[in-house]
Order: sequence, then structure tokens, then C-alpha cells
Amino acid sequence: MRIPLSWLRELTQLPADATPEDLMADLVRVGLEEEDVHRPSDEISGPIVVGEVLEKTPEPQSNGKTINWCRVRVVPEDQEQALTGDGISPDGVQGVVCGAHNFEVGDKVVVTLPGAVLPGDFRISARKTYGHVSAGMIASVRELGIGEDHDGILVLSTLGLDPEIGSDALELLGLDDSAAEINVTPDRGYAFSMRGVAREYAHATGTSFTDPASTVEVRTDGTPGHEVLLEDEAPIYGVAGCDRFVARKVEDVDVDAPTPPWMAARLRLAGMRPISLPVDISNYVMWELGQPLHFYDAETLRGPIRVRRAQAGETLTTLDEKARQLHAEDLVIADDRGAIGIAGVMGGAETEVGEGTTSILIEAAHFDPVSVSRSKRRHKLPSEASKRNERGVDPLLPAVAAQRAVDLLVQLAGGTDTGEVTAVGAPRLPEPIALDPALPARVVGVDYTRDQVVATLEEIGAQVEDAGETLRVTPPSWRPDLTIPEALVEEIARLIGYDQIPSRLPVAPAGRGLTREQQRRRQVLSGMAAAGFTETLSYPFYSEEANTLFGRADEGELDMLRLANPIAAQHGTLRTTVLPGLLDTLRRNVSRGFADLALYEAGLVYLPGETVGSPSIPPLGARPGDDALAGLEAGIPRQPWHLAVAVAGSEPAPTPGQPGRVRDWADAVDAARTAAELLGVDLTVRQGHHQAFHPGRTAELVVDGAVVGHAGELHPKVAEGWDLPARTAVMELDLSALLAAAPEKVVAEQISTFPPSTQDVSLIVEESLPAGELQSTLASGAGELLEEIRLFDVYSGEGIEPGRKSLAYALRFRAEDRTLTAEEASEAREAAVALATTRHGAVQR
Amino acid sequence: MSRTDTSPEVQEQEAASAADRAAPHPLDENAVETCVQNALAAFDEAADLDQLKEARLAHTGEKSPIVLANRQIKDLAKDEKKDAGKLLGGARGRIQKALAVRTEVLEAEHAERILVEEAVDVTAAPRRHPLGARHPLTVLQERVCDVFVGMGWEIAEGPEVESEWFNFDALNFDPDHPAREMQDTFFVEPKDSHLVLRTHTSPVQVRSLLERELPVYVLCPGKTFRTDELDATHTPVFHQFEGLAVDKGLTMADLRGTLEHFARQMFGPEAAIRLRPSYFPFTEPSAEMDIWHPGATGGPQWIEWGGCGMVNPNVLRAAGVDPEVYTGFAFGMGVERTLMFRNDVSDMRDMIEGDVRFSQHFGMEV
Repeated sequence: MRIPLSWLRELTQLPADATPEDLMADLVRVGLEEEDVHRPSDEISGPIVVGEVLEKTPEPQSNGKTINWCRVRVVPEDQEQALTGDGISPDGVQGVVCGAHNFEVGDKVVVTLPGAVLPGDFRISARKTYGHVSAGMIASVRELGIGEDHDGILVLSTLGLDPEIGSDALELLGLDDSAAEINVTPDRGYAFSMRGVAREYAHATGTSFTDPASTVEVRTDGTPGHEVLLEDEAPIYGVAGCDRFVARKVEDVDVDAPTPPWMAARLRLAGMRPISLPVDISNYVMWELGQPLHFYDAETLRGPIRVRRAQAGETLTTLDEKARQLHAEDLVIADDRGAIGIAGVMGGAETEVGEGTTSILIEAAHFDPVSVSRSKRRHKLPSEASKRNERGVDPLLPAVAAQRAVDLLVQLAGGTDTGEVTAVGAPRLPEPIALDPALPARVVGVDYTRDQVVATLEEIGAQVEDAGETLRVTPPSWRPDLTIPEALVEEIARLIGYDQIPSRLPVAPAGRGLTREQQRRRQVLSGMAAAGFTETLSYPFYSEEANTLFGRADEGELDMLRLANPIAAQHGTLRTTVLPGLLDTLRRNVSRGFADLALYEAGLVYLPGETVGSPSIPPLGARPGDDALAGLEAGIPRQPWHLAVAVAGSEPAPTPGQPGRVRDWADAVDAARTAAELLGVDLTVRQGHHQAFHPGRTAELVVDGAVVGHAGELHPKVAEGWDLPARTAVMELDLSALLAAAPEKVVAEQISTFPPSTQDVSLIVEESLPAGELQSTLASGAGELLEEIRLFDVYSGEGIEPGRKSLAYALRFRAEDRTLTAEEASEAREAAVALATTRHGAVQR
Repeated sequence: MSRTDTSPEVQEQEAASAADRAAPHPLDENAVETCVQNALAAFDEAADLDQLKEARLAHTGEKSPIVLANRQIKDLAKDEKKDAGKLLGGARGRIQKALAVRTEVLEAEHAERILVEEAVDVTAAPRRHPLGARHPLTVLQERVCDVFVGMGWEIAEGPEVESEWFNFDALNFDPDHPAREMQDTFFVEPKDSHLVLRTHTSPVQVRSLLERELPVYVLCPGKTFRTDELDATHTPVFHQFEGLAVDKGLTMADLRGTLEHFARQMFGPEAAIRLRPSYFPFTEPSAEMDIWHPGATGGPQWIEWGGCGMVNPNVLRAAGVDPEVYTGFAFGMGVERTLMFRNDVSDMRDMIEGDVRFSQHFGMEV
């Protein structure tokens, strides 16, 4: 909401020298937040004065154009030129070259004198052109920044003006005014008006104000006017779509009459483009009072006006020339031909006031905010009118606003009030609220007295009556938002001042600290960073292909959630895997010149189950039953934490005496082991398959028999298709599953102080046998004496027949209670080999 | 002079051959003394352990003059044997002692020289296991959580794809109120699934009240979503933390006190909180909160930080809490925004593009 200062000054005691910044500083105290400043004088400055054309000599030029050499009087004949400076003529008559022709000798025009600055940093100076010294410019509306028309210069008589020569044109055109822009919260529709802002300014500063609605004299001697019927047969939530409709008729209107500059200036400052006098008047009244109006060309109306719900198949071409299919819930204004407007949202084209209109029917009505809001959203028609109507307009305003519009049409457009007045409906006013006068103190923590409570509520326009223990508070008609005692509490707190609220630190009961899961998650996240990975974040919006490629493997058709309104259509699904986002991040880093990368990201993925959402949702303000709550929960997709890693390049980067080690699939597997170790979880790695991975370099990550993720090298085609470095390796696992598998506590192991016995074993097996599998076999065959087993060599080639390989393991044995003999260790080793031979046909090398 | 290519036996023979000729008579005091002096001089002249070894073999080896002289004792007369034994024993003792002294000196020199030779350029030390880095947004959330855990609060979390009821209705957002529309919500298909990407962390408030026993003091950090295009100050995916306290007798003074304590933990003892009237469907009264940021770039100043207020009775009712008995307060701030003014991040895109330089600059800290 923009507030032109000159306008507010008419209604309040805003100081003459107050700036928009001063005003905003005052308003923020009562909850109207500062947003912006609009100050034409930042763009345009004088000397810019009214001049009279004394001479106009057309001079044809060699280029075919004809220019006018003009002499313009900019100081009254009997006065001295008070200005001095380069190009300012002391005799008060300026010589000016002008390319436009739409003026005559004797016209009063706007002259920008040397030294003036126009919008766009256009600096005016005396300059030689077409054989003359042109000392200034005769300005067009476009050059002045007050309109689009640049066909000709601004002749002041066309605005109905005949100002004195030499007077300040900036002041005349309202360009010396400025506006403050404030943010109005959605509960306070009344503050979308000068009326409401003036009231709030008075609250903020403790000064007085004039309610502009109170200075309008509403005609009481009217004769019956255009018939209006309120026929809502399908109210929403039992609230009639329209409970008040006032219509007034004005004839003999000159729609071409100019909008006075003061009005145009204020509308421009308010952010509305002046269009035509009738439109400008209706906007002006809306801005002033907060009541949206609609003007019909009275001649085009057929029969009585009916306010009803739209009928099946009904259509309407709205003012924006769009044909719209109406919905049965749309509240429409209709006449005998059908709908002529969507109530409170936009009027129809057929009954629009336009060229040739002389008779205007003014509509000022009160509509149900819910109905307006739904129609606006349905037809995507946000407007200044719908903005106010959906927040709730003062239901007592229609008669006042209609009168104000009549007055302005009579005063400015030559109209005649027909005296016909239609006023139907009985508006619903805010209900009284029972307020415990001690409640404000109880909620806010400030000891407000009963007198303070009563006085403050009266200040906002409420009626307060004593009702024994409680106060009976009837909110003012313009405050439909005040429906509960706590809303009144806020009014008291904000008018007396939030700065009065003291500070007290409440003591919470003894807490339990972070949950084990929260602690463990932190442990993984910081552990991964300590292990050399860099945490990044990405958006969870993917293409369907990305989800399908990287999502859960071997589960057939992947299900994923889709957004109804994605930011980009190609990223319309929600992630079921973290990898695509992480790989985008990897690629971005590569493109920024980083080759050695180890990244990780942890976040939720969204895995829809059989039920997606719930068909209905419980109403506001009451606890749903347990069944209803369970129904809601059942429809919420499973959202486990996932941890993903992507690596490329060397680790660490090569340095003297330390060549970089090229990262590969094993780093991805190692990352999974790191994460598991950070949680004390037993992770098994086995040969696996995943469509996005290299078929021979994919590890399946298993915890407690369940696959929790994959690690390995990206499939070369995927790496190429995704424009990633060759051999990029990745890992992703279900972190929630890992967290759940973490031990509740760790049971200590007895430390044997007896010496170990170490034995090596080399076995020849089939090439296809995974080393991990052979290791498990050896471990179980070796029995309890085995303390550690480690693969230390893999060999194939000379000495080993094709299709087979040799795996060498170091086994460390130790007993808890004695020093092992060489025989005991060898026995255990032989047992391990024997099992490997049985299971895998392993042969000792 | 090093002779390590030659075996000790050969060395001994060679060294002894010269001394052999000079073997003194076992009773010739002068000659024996000369042998001792020769040995002592040879030890002194030895510049390193190798030379000393040579000298040792020449003067104490099997063929050295003094040992050869010693062997002649057995051929002497009985009474002469005693004198000769005494003379040669003393001489050999002096030689051995001198050898020991010299050995110690040269060994010490040798040890020292090795240390010198082993010196390295420590400034060329390679980084063996470079650390990675945390993302400052996640670290900052942890920091915030720790402040509240320190006050006895607990950390509550909830789903990001959320039921509309939790995101809106339970929070007193009327389906037709403009406030609901202003949340710029991502809807999940189909629309009648009533699922949204949560627009704030506030649904966790309601979940906490439904799941926990009163009184409730929880902080809810997490990811939130609005349909904003990414630019320097907006991102469709961002993070919030939201606090909720529901207890008997809580007032706006408790809200202010909590916020002030928190602000001081995060921004130092001079930080302060200013409340301005505002509107949120789930609080009444509502306030915008500004923080006095003593360390702001460009000097101490008020900075808009978030929204807060007393929990609207309708929200308590939706969670089955009796608003006649309990009151509560709630507040919420943006993590990105906090990071921006706390750590001078000027462009929001840096936080979400994943450039490793951004995270690595912060390292493990924020």
C-alpha cells in the first residue's frame, strides 16, 4: 500500500516537513511494515515553470522536418527574472526550439529551463541547434514522467489549468509529492485505504485524524433507483455472497473530461496509472476509503441487476477482453442477458464505461470475502479490488463510497446526480466479544489496567460495555479480523507498545538432550567431513529420468511423487535418491576448475507408499479424532535420510614426495564403510547390480541382511551422458536404516595380553569368486582364535592357470587365556583352508 | 680413511706388521712408554670411528707391539716376569682407557652428524589426509540447537512432504484466507492428496503438541519450501528453525526473554531484541522480531530476523491442548538469512550451488 504524503496530510497532523522515511518509522510501531519510498523528485528537478508561448515561427529544415522557433515568457511581464545562470534570459523570455506542433501562440506550457533535470538523468542546458540557441525545452508528459504520450507537448489548458506564468510546474503537477510504501498484513484489509492508514498514523503518534468517511454527506432524500436483487441460493459456509448493495446513477457525464493533475499525481504515486476520469475517480475513492467500486454504462444495462451464483455453462467476457467460463460457485452480477461481472473481482466488457458513455450506474457493495477469494483464484484475477474484497471491506461503507463517487463525478465530470438511490441488504457486522479485562496482562505480561484496556479498545473504534466480570467489546465495522479475545489483546499490546513488554526467561523442565538418532546423525556428518569429504546441498527437484536411473534398484517400476506446480516442468518430481543432485553439484565444481573432488550430501528422500495423501482433511480449531490423525499419517510418504558420496580426481592432490592417489570405486566402498564405522554398524559389502553403475564395479551394501545402498563406479555411459569425469565413483545408502542398526550400547571386549601368532595363507580360486566371500569363509573356518584377517595380495598371471586367481590373507590368531602354540595356530589355519576348499574349491598355492 | 672393503683379520695383520718390528722388550720402560705414547697419539689423530678402529687394531690388536711384548713375558726369568707384567699391564690399561675416551667422543660426534644429515624442509610437508568440510547451513543449525538444548529444550523433527492439515489447517490457516495463498506453496499431485512441501517448520509444532506430554519446549529445525525463483535473496528450498513453548502461565515476556537469551548466545552479550506488531494465522498476538546485531558489517544495527507471537488458541485446540489452562509462544527464523547477516554471505546462491570453496572456507566451523 502506497501512501502519498499530501493525501495523508489532509487527514492527519502529519508534519509539513515529514519525509516518507519519517512516516514509515511511525507506522512500523503499530505493525505496518516499511517497504519502499517513491519520490519523483529523485528523478526530476527544476527550474521547471509555467510559460506562455509568445511567438511560434515554423522553420522548414533541409532534412524535411519543420521545427518551431518559439519565444516563451516564463516570468510575468511586470516582474524581474529572479533566476540567474547560463542560458537563463534576464528579460524572462526564453528562446526555445520545439519539434512539436500541437500548440498555439498564447498557450500555457511547461518549460524546463537550463539547469533542470528530467527522468533518465536528462539534463537541460542552453545549446545551439537548427541555427538558434535553444535555452530550455517545452515538455511533453512523457518527458516529465507523468504519461506515455509523446506525440506533442503538454498544453496546460487540456488539463483544465490556467496557472500564472512562472509558477512552479512541479508543484502544479504534483511532482513535488512523495509516497511511503508499507506492507499490510493480510488480516488488516482496512489499512488498504488512506482512511485506515490515517487512523493507524493517529494511533502510532497519539495525534488526531479525520475519518474521510465522516465528511461525506450521504444523500437521504433519494428516490428508488435501479432495481437490484440479492439472490444467492448457494451461500458458502452459510454466508451470503452479497449482503449489501448500493447503486447510484449519475447522468450527463463527460467521460473525456481531464483528470485533474492533483488526482492523477496521487494515483500515480499510489501506483495506479491514470486512465480516464471515471476510472480514475473509482480508483481514487477506493484508495481513499477502501471500498472497491464498479461503474456500469447505465444505458447498456438490461432489466434489474441480480447478484447470484453463476449458472451451468454461463460465460462472461471480462474487462480484460477475455472470455471466461464461469463456475457454479462464482458469485456474479447479472442482468437480463446474464452475467455482467464477477462480483468483487472484475466487471464485464459489455457494460463497461467507455467512449460515448454519458450515464453511469455506480456499484458499491459488500461481498463475502471467501466467495471473492475463490473466484479470484479460480480465474487468476488478482486486482486492487479483489485484494480488498477478500480481506473484508467495511460493510457500512458502500453508501458513503457511492456518494463520494457521485460527488466527484458531479464536480469533475460535469455529471448530474439523478437522485436515484438503491440500497439493499442488511450487512453482517462484527459480533461482540466477551473479554476478561485481565486477559491482556495474562497473555502479554504487562500489567495493563482495566481503564487502559477500555480506552485502547475505544481508540481503535470498538464499543466497550461493562458486562459484570467481563467487557462486552463490539469491534468497529471495519475490523472483521477481530473475532477472538486474543485479537483484542494484540490491539491493546500494539497500541500501548510492544516496547513495554518486559523480558523474562522461562525455565523449561529438565530436557533429555539430543536424541540418540540426532547425535548419531551429527557423528556421521562430521565424521564424513573429517574423513575428507565436503558437504554440499542440492535441490530435491528432479526429472523423472534422473529418479528412475538413480533410484532404488531392482524394484521394478519406481514410484515417485510429482509436484502439481514445479518451478520448472522438467524438474517436476521429488527425489527418491540424493545422487542426481550431488552429481549436478560435482559437475558444477568440475566446470569451475576443480578436478579433485570428494563430496557428500545427506537429506530426506521421498518414497511414496500405497496411499498418497488423504482425500479429506479435518477442519480448523479442533483436535481431529485418533482415526482421522492416523489417516493423515498413513498418507504421508516415508521420508528416510539418505547419505550420498561422489568422488573424482586424486586424493590428496599430488605434492613433493607424495603422488596423488587416483580415486576410484574403492573410495566409494570405503565411504560406506566409514559411515558404518562412525555408527558402530556391521556393514557387509558384496558384489551387486545397479542400473546406473558399472556392471562389474558395483557393491551392494548390506546391514542385517537387508540391502541399504550401493557403492561403486558410475556406468561409463552414465558418466558420459551426465557430463561427469570418467570413472566418477559414487555411494548412496539409507542413513536412517544405518542409524536404526546402530548399537544402543557397546559391550566391552576382553583384551588378551597373550602374544599373537600370525600365519599367511594363499589360495587359488575361480576368478569370479569375490574376495569378501572367501574372507568370510576363512573367518568362519578359522574359528574363535582368529583375531583379524586381512587381504594383502591378489594375483593372477604367470603360474596361475587362466580363469583363476590367487588371494593371499594374513591371519592373526590369539587366545584369551594362554600363549598359542604354533601347532594350535596352524590347526586353525588348516581348518580355515579346509572350509574354503569345501565351499569354493580353493587350492593352497 | 675408510677400509671397510677389507676383512678385520687382514686389517689386523697389515696394521701389526709395522708394529711387530717395533715390539719393545718387556722390561724396557722407555720403549714401552713409547708404545703407549704412539697409541695415544694414534687415537687422538683418528678423526672418525673408522680411523679409530684402525688405530685400535694397530695398537691393541694381536700383532700390536704391546701385545707382542706381553707374549715375551713368559720367556723371562721368574723375578723379571713380575716387573714386566706390572709394566705392561699399566701400559695396556692406559691404552684401553684412552681408547674408551676417544671412542665415546667420536661416537657422540657421529650421532650428532647423523641428526644434521637427516634434517628436512618442514615447510614442504605434504598434507597426508586433508579434511573435508561441513556445510555452514547444517553446522549453524546444530549451533542453534545446542543453545536451546542447553536451556532444557528438545529438538523435534518432522516430514518435509507434509499433510496440508499439519502445514495449514492445524495452524489456523483458513483455506480461503489470503494468508494461505501468500505461502507460495508447492503442491504434490494429485491435488486432492492434500500433500504439500511444508512451507515452514511450523507443522512440527502441532506434531510435537500431539506427540509429547505437556509442558512442551521444542526447537524444530529443517528444510522448507516456497515457489520462489532462485536469486540473490530467494531460494525455493531453504531452512528454518522454529521454537515452541507451551506451559502454564507463559506470556510475551517469556517470549522476549527467550529470544534475548538466544540472541546473546549467537551474537554476543550486547545483542537485543525488538518486537513489532505483525500477523500470522497461528499466533495472536503476533510480532516481527528484529535483532540488534552488535557485530554487523557497517556497524551495529537492527536487522529483521523472523516472526513470533503467542500461540493462537485455535492451534492449541487443534492439538488437543486446552487454551484455558495453557498458553504458549512460538518463533521462527530463516537459517539462510541468519547465516547471511551473521557470516556476511552476500549472495544466497553461494549457499545452494554446492561450490566446494564455500563449504571449505568454513571448514568444520561456522
